[in-house]
Amino acid sequence: MMPRDIQGLKRRRAKDRIFSAFIWCLTISCLLVVTIILYYLFKEGISSINWALFSQNPKPVGETGGGILNAIVGSIMVVSIAAVIAIPLGVSVGIYLAENRGRKLTERLAVAVDVLQGIPSIVIGIIIYVWIVKPTGKFSAFSGSIALAIMMLPPIIKNTEETLVLIPRTLKEASLALGASYFKTTMKIVLPGGLGGIFTGCIIGIARIFGEVAPLLFTAFGNPELIFDPRKPVDTIPKVIFTYASSPYNDWHRIAWGGSLILVVFIILLNAVIKIFERKWRVQF
Amino acid sequence: MKNRWLVLENKIFVRWLSFVSILTMILLLIFFITLTVSSWPAIKANGIGFLWGKTWDPVANHFGMLPFLAGTIITSFLSLLISIPFSIAAALFLGEYFPKGAITDIFRNAIEILAAIPTVVYGFWGLYTIAPLVGKFELKMHMPAPGVGILTASIVLSIMLIPYSVSLMRQVISMTPTTLKEAAYALGSTRSEVITRIILPSNISGISAGFLLSLGRALGETMAVTILIGNSPELPRNIFSPAYTMASVIANEFTEAIGDVYLSSLIEIGLMLFIITTIINLLGRLVIKKISYSL
Amino acid sequence: MGELPITFFKFNINTQNRIYMKTTKSKIIAALLVISVGFTSCTGGGDKNNPEDRQLLGAGSTFVYPLYSKMFSEYGKLDSIQTNYQSIGSGGGIKQIMNKTVDFGASDAYLSDDQLSKAPATLVEFPTCVGAVVLSYNLPGNPTLKVTPDIIAGIYLRTITKWNDDKIRAENPDAQLPDEDITVVHRSDGSGTSFIWTDYLSKISSDWQSKVGKGTSVNWPDGELGGKGNEGVAGVIKQTPGAVGYIELAYAIENNMPFAQVKNSAGNYITPSLESASLCANGDIPADTRISITNSNVDQAYPIASFTWIILYKEQKYGDRSKDKVTNLLKELWWMVHDGQQYAKPLTYAPLPPKAVAADEAILKSVTFDGQPVLQNP
Repeated sequence: MMPRDIQGLKRRRAKDRIFSAFIWCLTISCLLVVTIILYYLFKEGISSINWALFSQNPKPVGETGGGILNAIVGSIMVVSIAAVIAIPLGVSVGIYLAENRGRKLTERLAVAVDVLQGIPSIVIGIIIYVWIVKPTGKFSAFSGSIALAIMMLPPIIKNTEETLVLIPRTLKEASLALGASYFKTTMKIVLPGGLGGIFTGCIIGIARIFGEVAPLLFTAFGNPELIFDPRKPVDTIPKVIFTYASSPYNDWHRIAWGGSLILVVFIILLNAVIKIFERKWRVQF
Repeated sequence: MKNRWLVLENKIFVRWLSFVSILTMILLLIFFITLTVSSWPAIKANGIGFLWGKTWDPVANHFGMLPFLAGTIITSFLSLLISIPFSIAAALFLGEYFPKGAITDIFRNAIEILAAIPTVVYGFWGLYTIAPLVGKFELKMHMPAPGVGILTASIVLSIMLIPYSVSLMRQVISMTPTTLKEAAYALGSTRSEVITRIILPSNISGISAGFLLSLGRALGETMAVTILIGNSPELPRNIFSPAYTMASVIANEFTEAIGDVYLSSLIEIGLMLFIITTIINLLGRLVIKKISYSL
Repeated sequence: MGELPITFFKFNINTQNRIYMKTTKSKIIAALLVISVGFTSCTGGGDKNNPEDRQLLGAGSTFVYPLYSKMFSEYGKLDSIQTNYQSIGSGGGIKQIMNKTVDFGASDAYLSDDQLSKAPATLVEFPTCVGAVVLSYNLPGNPTLKVTPDIIAGIYLRTITKWNDDKIRAENPDAQLPDEDITVVHRSDGSGTSFIWTDYLSKISSDWQSKVGKGTSVNWPDGELGGKGNEGVAGVIKQTPGAVGYIELAYAIENNMPFAQVKNSAGNYITPSLESASLCANGDIPADTRISITNSNVDQAYPIASFTWIILYKEQKYGDRSKDKVTNLLKELWWMVHDGQQYAKPLTYAPLPPKAVAADEAILKSVTFDGQPVLQNP
């Protein structure tokens, strides 16, 4: 009896080890992929990062050099307008969700937000084209911002809801009992308490839309000139990468690698900011 | 006077909250109506045959979306298939093997970096690294060797899916009741036995919901796939052949579609994409919600 | 600041809170101020130098993108006009001018009668240069191949599928042709280059005409790859051994890509070049400039060449367009067909022949603003 048991135990141990090894292998290969991607990005990107990339507009085909200043400005403009539109709306919906938990309507709203998050970005691009570009007859940075604002909503709403739910009821009740209105209580007690989480949500939203091209293809369009007017078409960094990546010019590939590196580093920095905020501003009681 | 203003302010605030919430809720409905109305000329002209029509011929005004549907579905499923072992392994690694510690921190950050890379950068990177590899393999197999095609797009897409499905899987796996696991360990089970007999089976519905949601994301992925799929509107023969997806045909042809039927056919493809992803997301979320309530 | 929410709940609600609200409020106000100043500074200003009038938007052909980007960049230096030209494909150029989302469209295919009748107002079009389309490929050693119309049609109809096909070998006895499949590449977007290519194929192959036809985007035979834009097709050819595709001559030269000599209708093998392409364009030009010059019967002409057109509305007063803007636009277009032509040759486009320039002048002078001709004495 005994030897067989020990044998069985050994076999089970061996199996367990093989299983662990398997998990390790797969996990390490994930890490490997990340390393390869970053290696390529830095290898190809670093050499094309220079002052001209940040300070010049694109040169016409055939002339070497030039940069993506127009796209950097365009990206910042499109994304900030999107944030200005999305943040008040998203935070409001988040407040509503947090304050009305348990109602049927609220649950449906939460599902709708989840589904909204899953809508392909290109479909949002079509919708904004139909809503804004076609009736006004103009491609514009502004129409791109609206498309991006819709994409930004779900993370803002969710993060706002999740943090506000953590704020103790007693605090709110104390404020209301002192005679403060619901509005004042929300603005002065609830929102400041959850500010860290709301801010995190906004940055997650910005990180989500900063690298998007699909909804901008037929809204923000593109522009080789430096433009500060949101009623005009603009280029964004990811759009430039898309155009340049599929071109046959080596010089354009070089700029596309540089743009990719800038974009990825920027988004990773945003993620780092999110982390810091989550650690420091977590709601704790 | 001040009091009245306070009351009014409060009223406006409450109304505003309900207004934007209802607006958000019916946003999906508005999307659906917008897409349907704009694709109406195509629905009328193409009829129901649009769904299984095999030719996409803008010159003859003959539109069928089967090549795009096939390309989309094959690419998404293939990428899901490739990413499943990796994402389950990574989720178990984070959730069961090393829930805390330096390795976990490194690994979690790595996964977050994967999530931070924009889709167009994935496409560009894939064009430089994966496409030549696949091309070399095809050359060895004596096939036409474009390098770009379904397989290339799926490989890159599977990498893009990993962070998303890992976070979903972790969420699901963490819902396993600790008592169940502890009971199994107390009976002398090894870790692999706990995983294969307790954690995975008890979460099977959550795991499938997770993959369903990942599939929904893969279906709508546009830019990376557009760069890598080969853009050929025909039914794919094998996983190496160039194909076209619903999202990429919209990205490529939307600004240049001349003629009402052509444009609204593209919008009709968008409508189909909207319907498919909405259903998938709805199903996935409902399943996940159900299991998280039942615990 | 970082620890604020926690201390705020534990100790002193009022003071912390008020300070906090004040700082955010003032920050928001400051930000709004900055934004509004920014807006006014870029939208306002006097009427005379309204920046709106100095920003022009065009879209279309990728075929001429290198030339136009150079021309607009140079013209911008002369007259500080910002011209935003997006190479979205000729089909896109036609569509966007029809939708009035751009100031001018650019196309390598002239508008069909059907398109002209569907336009919301009268459209005029005029050629700006001549470009040639070449057959480029990716073969070991990249030899210069000789091809006949038969071979081109065969490759694109997928009746010739191997590089060592007898027909190709017969024309190129010295070339090393591998026993490999031909990967055929075409444009995935609506494109004037495709129009020139399919226009040529339709003229030389009755099979092609009946099965596929000509157009900016057609239903390509099975088993072909698509690339977006001239850049896309050139990119796919460069990265794919055994690939063949049609691209603009300028792109091929710019990227050191090999291209084939084509047998023309006079029976000569012609190397595509500026000179051989411009020979096609020497004939008479109709007043509306809508003419196809592919498969020319001139002795030494390269057969796959075409004009490329700019399209705009004859009556320029529509939407919120000012007369200044229209004048700027027409001055620029006038410059393109005159002084701008000097940039064509260095970028391997053939400049317009004198007859075409004369036709262009007549068309540009016919453009009106509110019924009045804009360019009287340019």
